[in-house]
Amino acid sequence: MCLGVPGKVVEVNGLVAVVDFWGTRRKVRLETVDQPVQPGDYVLVHVGFAIRRIPEEEIEETLAFYDFVVRSAENDLMSGDVRGEIDAARED
Amino acid sequence: MDAIRDESPWKRLEFRDPKRAQVLCQTLRRVCDQVGRPVSVMHVCGTHEQSIARFGLRSLLPPNLNVFMGPGCPVCVTDMPEVDEAVALALRGVTVATFGDMFRVPGSVLSLAEAKAQGADVRVVYSPWDALRLAQSTDREVVFFATGFETTAVATAAVILSHPPPNFSVLSAHKYIPPVMEIIAEMPDTRVQGFLAAGHAATITGWKIFERFVERHRIPVVVGGFEPLDILAALVRLVELIRDGDLRVVNAYPRCVTPEGNRQAQRLLWEVFETVGGTWRGIAHIPNGNLRIRAKYAGVDARRRYDIDVSDLLKGAPPRLTQECICGDIMAGIASPYDCRLFGKECTPQNPVGACMVSSEGTCKIWYEYGGHVVVEDLEARS
Repeated sequence: MCLGVPGKVVEVNGLVAVVDFWGTRRKVRLETVDQPVQPGDYVLVHVGFAIRRIPEEEIEETLAFYDFVVRSAENDLMSGDVRGEIDAARED
Repeated sequence: MDAIRDESPWKRLEFRDPKRAQVLCQTLRRVCDQVGRPVSVMHVCGTHEQSIARFGLRSLLPPNLNVFMGPGCPVCVTDMPEVDEAVALALRGVTVATFGDMFRVPGSVLSLAEAKAQGADVRVVYSPWDALRLAQSTDREVVFFATGFETTAVATAAVILSHPPPNFSVLSAHKYIPPVMEIIAEMPDTRVQGFLAAGHAATITGWKIFERFVERHRIPVVVGGFEPLDILAALVRLVELIRDGDLRVVNAYPRCVTPEGNRQAQRLLWEVFETVGGTWRGIAHIPNGNLRIRAKYAGVDARRRYDIDVSDLLKGAPPRLTQECICGDIMAGIASPYDCRLFGKECTPQNPVGACMVSSEGTCKIWYEYGGHVVVEDLEARS
C-alpha cells in the first residue's frame, strides 16, 4: 500500500499516540514524524506509523476525500486499503 | 463539499466537486490539443491506479492522452526468489510474518499461504510493529518478511531501531522507486513523456529528489495526490510541462508534499537501509532498486542470521503458467491486462498466476475489479 490515512490525535504517551479514525481508536507510532504532535492534531498514518502532521489549513481538504471513501460503504479495493491502513495501527 | 447524489446512474463519477472536475477535464482537453500529438504518461502508484479505474478517469481523458501504470505495486515487483526465501524459512520452522497481499503471491513453487497449508507457521500482519509484538509474545524465532516501497521501509526501520528482542529478524524485500523510473525512461520501448509521482511516497522523500531524474532524462515529473480531482489537476500540469518543453518537477500536492520531505523518516530509513541492485519481478535488474539492511544491523538481518537454502524447495518444482504471464510487460507499461491471454481466464483473483492479480495495487487485480476502461457519458450531459 502506498497509502496514508488521516486521523485525529486524541492522546500522546511518549512515542505512541492514540488516534481516532472516524470513530475507531488505534495506537500509532510517532518516531517517524518530523514535528511534535499533540492532542487535537491530525496525522497521516501508514502501516501504524505517523508520516506527517497535517497542517491546520489542509485538514479539511485532506479529510474530505477519505470521508467519502469511508462513508460510501463500498466494499472495493480502495476502501479495503483505507480500512487496512486503519487496521494496521494497533488496538492495544 | 457537494453532496453525493445517491440516485446517480453513473456511480463511478462521484466527484466531490463535479464542477471542478468538469473544468479540469476541459482544460486537460485543451492543453492536449495544444500539444498536437499523442501524449503518454506513466504513474507508479497502485493507489493512483485504483482511483483512476474506480472513478472511470480514463473515459474522461482526451483520446490522445494515455495514462498508464508502471511498476508501482510493491507486492507485484517482489521477485520469486525473495518469496522462496520466506517460504524456505517458514518450511524449516521459523515463524514468518507477512503482509496480507504477499501471503498469496506465488513463489517458484509455493506461496506463503500454501506453505501455511502444509503446516508452516505463517502469520498475516498489517504493520512491522505487529511483527515485533508477535516476536515479543513468543519464544519462537520470528522473521518479518518486509515488502513494500520506501514509505513502508521507514516503518520497518523504526522497528529495527526500537531494540527488538533477540528472536526477531527481518527479511528485507523492500524496494526503492526512484531508480526504476530511470530504468523505465531508458527502456527502448518506452514512450513515456512524463511521470506522475506518488504523493504519499513523496511525503517522505520530498519532491526535490526528482530533479536529478528530470535533468538526466529530460522528462518532466509532477507529484500528485490520489484523489480523482488531484489526479486530474496533476495531469493538467504535466501535459502543460510537456507542451512547453518545460523540464522540471512540479508539486501538485502541496498539502502533503514539501521540497525536502520528512527528514526524520529519511534519517531512520538510511540509518538502517542501503540501496543495492536487485531484480524487480518481471521487469529487469534495477541498480539501487532494493533496500538491504546495513551490516551495522546484521543481528536483525534474516539473511545473515539464517543460511537460507532454497535448493530443496526448488527440487521438482512443478511447471507454472508463468511463461505466459506478462505482468512484467504490464508493469513496464508496454502491455495492458487486456493483452494477456490469461487475464480473467486462467488468471483471476481466486487463482492468480502473476503477482499483478494478487495485490490490491496490481494493475490486473484493479482492472479485474473496476474494469480498465469504463465507458461513461460526458460530464456535460449530466450537469
